[in-house]
Order: sequence, then C-alpha cells, then structure tokens
Amino acid sequence: MSEKSEVSTPTVENLSKESVSILFAGDSGDGMQLTGNQFAATSAEFGHDLNTFPNFPSEIRAPVGTIAGVSGFQMQFGSTSIYTPGDLFDVLVAMNAAALKSKLHILKRGGMIIANADSFDEKNLRLAGYPEGVNPLEDGSLSNYELIKVDVIRLTRAALADSGMPQKTIDRSKNMFVLGLLYWLYNLPIETTIRELKVKFKNKAGVAEANEKVIKAGYYYGETCQMFNGRYTIKPAKMKTGVYRHITGNAASAMGLTAAATKAGLQLFLGSYPITPASEILQELAKQKHFGVKTFQAEDEIGAVCSCVGAAYGGALAATNTSGPGLSLKSEGLGLAVILEIPMVIINVQRGGPSTGLPTKPEQSDLFISMFGRHGDAPVPVIAARSATDCFDTAYESARIAIETMSPVICLTDGYLALSSEPWLIPNPDNLAEIKVEFAKPRKPGDEPFMPYQRDENLARPWSIPGTAGIQHRIGGLEKDNLTGNVSHDPANHELMTKLRAEKVEKLAERLPLQTIDNGPEKGKLLVLGWGSTYGAIKLAVAEALAEGYDVAHAHLRYLNPFPRNLGEILHNYEQVLIPENNYGQLVHLIRDKYLLPAKQLNKVQGLPFKAAEIKEKIVELLKAEA
Amino acid sequence: MTEALKSNEIEQGKLKASDYASDQEPRWCPGCGDYSVLKQIHTVLAELGHKREDTAFISGIGCSSRLPYYMDTYGIHGIHGRATAIAEGLKIARPDINVWIATGDGDALAIGLNHFLQLLRRNLNVNVILLNNEIYGLTKGQFSPTSRVGQKTVTTPMGTIEYPVNAMAISLGAGATFVARTIDRSPAQIRDIMLRADRHRGASLIEVYQNCPIFNDGAFSIFTEKSTKTDSTVILEQDKPLIFGENNNKGVKLDGTKPIVVDLENDNVSANDLWIHDETDYVKASILARLFEMPSGEMNLPRPFGIFYAEDRFTYEDALDAQIKEAQAKQKADLYELFKGATTWEIK
Repeated sequence: MSEKSEVSTPTVENLSKESVSILFAGDSGDGMQLTGNQFAATSAEFGHDLNTFPNFPSEIRAPVGTIAGVSGFQMQFGSTSIYTPGDLFDVLVAMNAAALKSKLHILKRGGMIIANADSFDEKNLRLAGYPEGVNPLEDGSLSNYELIKVDVIRLTRAALADSGMPQKTIDRSKNMFVLGLLYWLYNLPIETTIRELKVKFKNKAGVAEANEKVIKAGYYYGETCQMFNGRYTIKPAKMKTGVYRHITGNAASAMGLTAAATKAGLQLFLGSYPITPASEILQELAKQKHFGVKTFQAEDEIGAVCSCVGAAYGGALAATNTSGPGLSLKSEGLGLAVILEIPMVIINVQRGGPSTGLPTKPEQSDLFISMFGRHGDAPVPVIAARSATDCFDTAYESARIAIETMSPVICLTDGYLALSSEPWLIPNPDNLAEIKVEFAKPRKPGDEPFMPYQRDENLARPWSIPGTAGIQHRIGGLEKDNLTGNVSHDPANHELMTKLRAEKVEKLAERLPLQTIDNGPEKGKLLVLGWGSTYGAIKLAVAEALAEGYDVAHAHLRYLNPFPRNLGEILHNYEQVLIPENNYGQLVHLIRDKYLLPAKQLNKVQGLPFKAAEIKEKIVELLKAEA
Repeated sequence: MTEALKSNEIEQGKLKASDYASDQEPRWCPGCGDYSVLKQIHTVLAELGHKREDTAFISGIGCSSRLPYYMDTYGIHGIHGRATAIAEGLKIARPDINVWIATGDGDALAIGLNHFLQLLRRNLNVNVILLNNEIYGLTKGQFSPTSRVGQKTVTTPMGTIEYPVNAMAISLGAGATFVARTIDRSPAQIRDIMLRADRHRGASLIEVYQNCPIFNDGAFSIFTEKSTKTDSTVILEQDKPLIFGENNNKGVKLDGTKPIVVDLENDNVSANDLWIHDETDYVKASILARLFEMPSGEMNLPRPFGIFYAEDRFTYEDALDAQIKEAQAKQKADLYELFKGATTWEIK
C-alpha cells in the first residue's frame, strides 16, 4: 500500500517529468475553475505549453456534495507540445467524496490522488453514494494509487485563525491551500497567483491577503509535511520566441472580430442573445467600447440576427454569436442575409444537442445545420476552428471572407474550444491579413444607373450603404432581378440567381489555401481526416501510430464549405479514410457524397472530447484488419 | 393644430413629393388605404426636405410591408415580424440615417410583437407606421390580433373568440415615448402626425387605421362615414377639451379616472369642465388608450385620434454613443494592447 502518513518519508527527491495532466475536481462551489485557471496561468507564465478544459455541470449550483454537482477543470502542461488536456490523468485533486467517486475512473493506474480528507465525512460519503460505513480513503481500495490525504479545511482554518474573518469566508479559501501545495509539488512560483489575486480583489484587500496566506500555507505544508515521494520539475517548453498570453477560445473569437473590424476600418456591431457557452463573446466585446464596438443584447436570437442584417446594410461589420438552439432560431434571418447578399459573421459555439441537450458540453453536431439549415437553396461559407487560439484566426478569416463574398459566414467553434485555454503567441497587428472594403460610390444625375446586383470577379455584389447619394435602392427577401435587384418572379431569373448564389460560394475555393497534410506520408494506407476541436486528439493519436510504424497520416479541415479544391486528390491518395467526429456522423456524409469514397467513421457523442487513445485504437484496428 | 406643425417652421426641401417615389408601380388592391398613406409619406418627406440617400424604410412581411419598394430611398423588405429588429441594427450602426418602419397588425402585433415592444422601450429615434386593417390581407383573410371579437374570417367561421390587441395601450405599456393614432381617410392628420413624429427624438408609433377593401371592407366606416363619424371619433389637440359630435355638442369628462360622455347642450356642463388633452400626461394617455370599446357600445365613448402621448427621453443610440465616447476618452484603441490583456510572458 502506497498511502503516506505524515512521518514516513524523510527526504524528498527532486524528479523531472516531461508533462503532467491534472484534474481539479470538487463541488461547484469549491472554486475548482478558479484554481485550475490560476494553475494554468502560472504554468504558462513559467513557459510550459499547456491545454485546459473546464468541465462543469449545467446547473449553477447543483446540490452540494452530490455527483451532479461535481465541477472539473482538466489540464495538461509540459515541456513538449501539448495538444489535449490529457486522456487519463496523472493527478486527481478531489475536494470531496463525490469528486473522487465520479472521476477516479479517468485517473491513471498508479496516479496520485490529493484528497481533501475533511470532506470525506459520513454526510459527504453518503451524498456521493458510497455504501454505509465505506470510506475509500480508509479501506485500502485505493492501494493502486498514490493517495495523499490532506485535512485541507482544518489547515486552512488554522492558517487564518487570527484573521478575524467569519468561518464561512475562511473555508472558501480552501482551494488556495491546494493550489499552494501543487505549486510546491511542481516547483512553480506562487507570485503569478498572488499578483492576480491582488488585481481581482483590489477593492477587498483583506480577501487578497487571506488568500495569499493560505497559498503560502499550502506551499509550506508541501515542504514540511513530507507526504510526497518527490517533487517534480517540468522544464519550460521549446516554443517560438515572442510575447505570449493565456487565452480561451471565446476570448480569442471576440478579439478576432475586433481585429478584423479594425483592420478593415469598419465599425464592429455584435447583435447577440446570451446563450451557453457562447455568451462570453458578447461579454468580451461589451468591454471593447474604446474600439467603437457596438454590442446589442437583443430580446432573442431572431432579433440578434435581424439587427445584424440592419447593421450590415448600414455598412458595419456585423457579427452574432450563438450556440445550437440559437442557430436554429437564426435560420430565417440567415436566409434573408443570403438573398440580400450582405456580409455577416455567425460564430456558433457548438454544444450537445438536439434541443437544450447538453448545454455545457461540447459537440460537433451543428455541421449539417450550418451547411443546410435554411429553407431554399441557401449556401454559406462554413469554417471551423481547431484550437482555442485558432478561434482568433478563424473569426478573423470569417470576417474577411464575409466581406469579400458579401455573404454570411458561419464560423464553428465548440464548448471545448470556447472554454479551454492555451498559450497564445500574440500576433503583431501589422502582420494580419489585409481586409479590403470598398463601398459603392455615389452617383450624380446622368450617371449610369446603379445596379445593386452587378457582381465583381468574385461574384460579390457591391456593398452599397445608406447615406451614399444617387444609389438609393431597395432590397428584400423577395427574389430579385439579376443586376437591378428589383422584385422578380421570372422563373428563369430565379434559377439564375440560385445558381449565382451557389457559384459565389463554390468559387471561393479558388482563393482559399490548399489543404495540407498535418502529419504523415502524402500517400498511403490510411488518412485520418478531422475538423474542428478533434485536432489535438487526432494529432497525438496519429503521431503515436506513426512512431509505432503504422502507415497513417492526418489532415485537418478548416474550410468545410467550400472544401479546399485539392481535397479530392488528397483523399484518393490513401487506401482508407477515417473521419473521427464528436457527432453521429456529419462530415463523413459530406465527404462520401462529394468524393464518392467509402470513408469510415468514428463517432463519440458523450459531450466529451475524444481521447487520443480512442482514435489510435481505431487506427490500429483498421490497419490491422487490412494486414 | 399644434404650433409645431405650422408649415412655415418646417424647412422646405428642394424635392417634390413625387421625387420620393421609386420607379416601381405600387401593387396594392384598388381602393386600398395604403395608397393614401404612401402619398402622405412622399409629401411629408418632401416637406421635411430629408435627403433621399439619408432615409431608409424598413419593413417586414404583409401588404403594408411592400411600402419600401415604392420609395426612392434606401430600404429593406425584411422577414415577417422582424422589421423593428432590422431597423434597430441599422439605426444603432448608423444614427445619421433617418429610419422609418412600415409594418402591419400581423407583422408588428402578432409574429413581431416582442421586437415591436422592445424597440419602443429602447426608444431608438425611428418612426414606426403601423398600418392596421384588422385582418391578414396578403394571406387572404385570416383574422389578425386586432380583429374584433365575433369577426367571421376564413379561420374563424363562427367568429373570433380572441379579445383584440389595443395598439395604443400596449405601446404605452411598453414605455413608448410617442404614441399616436390616425386613419387612412384623414390625409391632413396623417401628415401632421408624421411631421411631429419626425421631429420627435425617440421611437414614434403611428397607428393608421387602414381599410382593406377586399378582406375587411368597411371595418372603420363608423369612423369615416359622414353619418357616424362625428359621434364616434374625437380629435385630440393639445390643451383643447375633448369635444365631439355633430355641432360639437358632446364632450368627454373625467369622473375621477373614469371617462364619461356628457351632453354639452343638455347636461349642466361647460367646455371648461371637460377633459383637457395633455399629451405629456402619461396617466391621462393611459386612460385615453382605454377608450377602445366600439362607440356604439354601452358607454358611447368616441374613438380618439391624434397624439396620445409624447415624452422626451434619451435615445438608445445617443446613450450608446456617449458610452463609446467615454470609453474612448479613457483608453486608446490599440489592438496590440487588447491582445496582450492583463498578463503576458516572453519566451526568448
């Protein structure tokens, strides 16, 4: 049995590791998200590469102590490139019995459990669903793990005994004790957190001070208690030189929009309605008024998209952010934007569906609605982000494409990307791609009449905005006569306009970058084709399979409509194509339909990202079956 | 007539009314009340001298919502119920544009009611012309939210069992800052109210009773026919008593908060005892809005036409622009600073 008591280990060894994955788990009110975020900020500042994934229940406050109320924050950090928060964890921080019970199955065999022993009392054990009289910390059932029992509440109270604070407030700092302990364990400085807490509680000096005291108590406890076999140092990762920050996907999406509007010289208008997990984009942009950003919190999703139609018509870069149910409600408004041919960016943060589904969990199941979810033939460009930092690039790119094609563009992220975070090499604004905007020019009497639907070489019509003399025109949801834009019910004209709207999107492929192979041979037995947030898991799985000698490659799609023009050629270079998706099979249908090849599918629809091991297993299975 | 409406105060534009008409032939049914409203809009825009390029008409779906096509201004014929939401986006992005909304009883009070109320509450500086014909015309004669109890339509063969929406009351309830009612057969009043609405800084709601000669002909004839008009309507004029009836022989008096009709010839009352209209009085406006039962009903109360209520309140776009200016005064818009956020580190 590897359980440690406070006196059994006289010396602490200094060990090193390449990467560590930790799962912070506790009750929703235990502050696990704050703890995880602080640890991530410190690790990032130290120079680790890392990836985080908050995983919390949809109830704001589920019953305390129950499994339903367990909130988790997963992260992996290391001295090598980190693409996922980790499949199985090296360390489980269990702040109560329910956290241990619900998360133990994803802890590596031999992994470490840091348990808040104070919250394994009779009541908590019962709430967690352990049988009467059973305490896993005491019955030897955890003998396959390195169990560290810490009386976190007792020690926190002791640290703040003379603070004069009420006990309830004192107990709220218990997460800081664990944080301090982990900083000691992984040889990380406590200063980042102390500095950030000072900012966070700048109007509550007492709170910042108390938290600092508790963090230090946790840190010193690690040093003196001698409960650990060793203390680990994880070297900084070899990353590109430059200035970095820590960023979540939602914050990156918001900044991508502001950057695009600023570069284009346009006003940014965000018409939005709060919805999980997309609301943070609205919240972020509401803080950016100094950029002239106008955020409009509409009465509903329909009002949000329709306000974008009006703002775009007025010459603003109009954007809206939403998640599944909201995208459903926006369908009609998007159809209007398609026929009006005005630019708009729709950032859809995918979550488990249908209906309210799993509102706090990620899924990739809105690809079909993005492609086809409007009545009539109403194609729009669709692009998808692959990582938290990539959300910046895809939001920016969506805006660029929307303006260039005079079309709404759907930018897909998901609940995993939106909330997960990673270090971001801050781009130089001067190096961002140019976004050219040319509004239609005023005309004088006697000039050629203005044609609102005369198209340029990209088949885009002119962006002709109110306030421009001599080009007044009316546009609407009724089918328009080609060129003049007047209402037309002419059968041949409707067919022509339908064709032009489709061609405009298809033609975009000529200007988009070619698809590349991310890893592996250019031709071979198996290509794993992914899109969106499965990037990290596929990347790892393919890298491992390649290392073991399997003939496999990885390509990851950013452009889903239109597909890159060389995609067909790439797909036919492999004997088999495997498409892993966090849905019941969507991209695989598009690929089979367009390229007429029997792509295989691997689907996970559990509201959880793929584990690399799950994908690797499928790779091995396909290649072994063939052999 | 209120002083604000004296035409010599209004800057005369160089353009004629006909200059505001587009090259598209209006396609409403012969005898439709919408023609009269369209003509007044052309007249009023010319009178106000608004530049065509600085004006936009936004509409939803329905007969009324075809209106933007007939204006030589900018315009969007949107989707059902959402004209107000589209207009909000345009006005917020472009406060410099003079935005008008053309909508109907189905568009604004059924499918689009939420957006309609929110727009009035937010008080964007736009003008809403609500063409109310108490029927769905474009879809051929189904009852609308303003149809009267018992009205037989294709979807209510035994008569509607829904109590109608009172556009005045619901708008006042939403916190609208300018609420008025007029009727297609009173072009002069339409003009006066539109001129006032244009000057009003905030959301102006103008309900226009509009006859649908095909599916609901004569719905408002009690308010327009010579024989019934004078006894069933009262024209609201600021600081003037509520007097109506043939020979101006009737008045409306407030008995506490209860409006009652008095006979100026026979009852022992003078014009001084009557309700004096004050469009700045919200409580009185709310009571006026309740004069909604048919004038032929038990109380014999006339239907009011004119400006019920007008209030000066900050507009949404002004308040937003003020916040933006304040934020810009405090912080420079520097993309790199934005990207950096609070905490950065450097890898060398």
